[in-house]
Amino acid sequence: MPARRVKFTFPESLIKEPIIYLLGKEFKVITNVRMADVDEHTGWVVLELEGDHEEIDRSIAWAQARGVRVDPAGGDVVEG
Amino acid sequence: MSFSQCLRCRECHREYPLTANHVCEFCFGPLEVSYDYEAIAKQISRKRIEQGPVSLWRYSDFLPCHAENAIDIGVGFTPLIRAKNLGRALGLNNLYLKNDTVNPTWSFKDRVVAVAAARARELGFDTLACASTGNLANSVSAHAAAAGMKAVVFIPEDLETGKVVGSSIYAPTLVKVRGNYDAVNRLCAEIAGSYNWAFVNVNVRPYYSEGSKTLGFEVAEQLGWRAPDHCVVPIASGSLFVKIKKGFDELAKTGLIDEPKTRMSGAQATGCSPVATAWQEGTTNFRPQRPNTIAKSLAIGNPADGYYALVQLQATGGACGSVSDPEIVDGIKLLAETEGLFAETAGGVTVATVKQLTAQGKIDPDELVVAFITGAGFKTVEAVIDSLAEPLHVDATLDSFERAYGALNHGESELVVI
Repeated sequence: MPARRVKFTFPESLIKEPIIYLLGKEFKVITNVRMADVDEHTGWVVLELEGDHEEIDRSIAWAQARGVRVDPAGGDVVEG
Repeated sequence: MSFSQCLRCRECHREYPLTANHVCEFCFGPLEVSYDYEAIAKQISRKRIEQGPVSLWRYSDFLPCHAENAIDIGVGFTPLIRAKNLGRALGLNNLYLKNDTVNPTWSFKDRVVAVAAARARELGFDTLACASTGNLANSVSAHAAAAGMKAVVFIPEDLETGKVVGSSIYAPTLVKVRGNYDAVNRLCAEIAGSYNWAFVNVNVRPYYSEGSKTLGFEVAEQLGWRAPDHCVVPIASGSLFVKIKKGFDELAKTGLIDEPKTRMSGAQATGCSPVATAWQEGTTNFRPQRPNTIAKSLAIGNPADGYYALVQLQATGGACGSVSDPEIVDGIKLLAETEGLFAETAGGVTVATVKQLTAQGKIDPDELVVAFITGAGFKTVEAVIDSLAEPLHVDATLDSFERAYGALNHGESELVVI
């Protein structure tokens, strides 16, 4: 099954929201957290999303619509 | 020869074979090349390096590929200039500039691509690829041409003509991607994982990034085998910033210089300053940004090595400044007018940040400071073209010239009768 490695960065307003739990419930996507650092002000989670391409795309769009910044896990691919 | 042993995860320290792999399967941490420093120390000497080629390949014992596989287009061993005029203008008594604008494709990216291309060839790839807003694309295209490899280069659709030509002249497959910065990033991340190419800053990134160490090696050698007191380095992905220090550390580890006490300071454009912002907030957790600056070669909103750059800033007692677009233009002009060196926008960021940090007392006037100028100004002429003095327009008569030149010099004629 296709998988995508992404980094979610949460603004302070979303720190208390169970975003990853809800994402797994709303979409047919398996979430697999590998690294994270969250405090009361901000936080990031590196995770793998596994599922159909379209479903992963939809789940990412859903997270972005809620205010989560989503980036490729290894940093920007486009360089100067 | 190469003394590389394995790839090692920077986070959990798991080891992997020296293949095209950049991320730890367990924690998704970045992989880095690990070396047998004891073996290097037995073989290396200042004399051995000094007798090597006048290029970055003189340091091949510290690189993750064999020098005989190098695609040598003359990269590296660029000038270290004593910048007395600029130093005087900024109030620094021992300022040096590492002039990396003179590499074959006019930027420091030739260093990382030289190493990535050599390693890619060793690993059996026939295609080099990258996604870039300019410098990296130019260098990948040139190295692939020289190596007889295929090149596939992705660029944003709205890239300036000069930067497009700087790649297309080498005849790569050039792909213009429609969409905003984030969209281009996402697509290229997906493509990098789908094709059996050496995507230089993705699957061969551990090797690619090692090329930046050679800037540290060269500076130490050119200073008479010592590390500087303070370095000011532009920060994009953060890799260059971290690897220059790694260069000093490796020279010390193998007995070629004393233990470096170099303070490492970073320079960013305010319009894309995730590291500088986190530094000012006192955290190593940077928040990705959407770039909006004329310094496009530094426009990495989600820097792969941002965390490690922040750790290094803290560990070495450095500082990280950020400067506005007008300050960047002023920095480019100041560098040109004082030292005769025309840098691209990243150079303007560096010079303006040196000025800022000096004014803030974060650089001591008597420190031996090295500022890294990483790309040539002809790549970004549109950044300065509107701020330059108009030429004098004259008829082809002495009188017309006299009037125009006299007006320029407040009516005073310098005409001499010969």
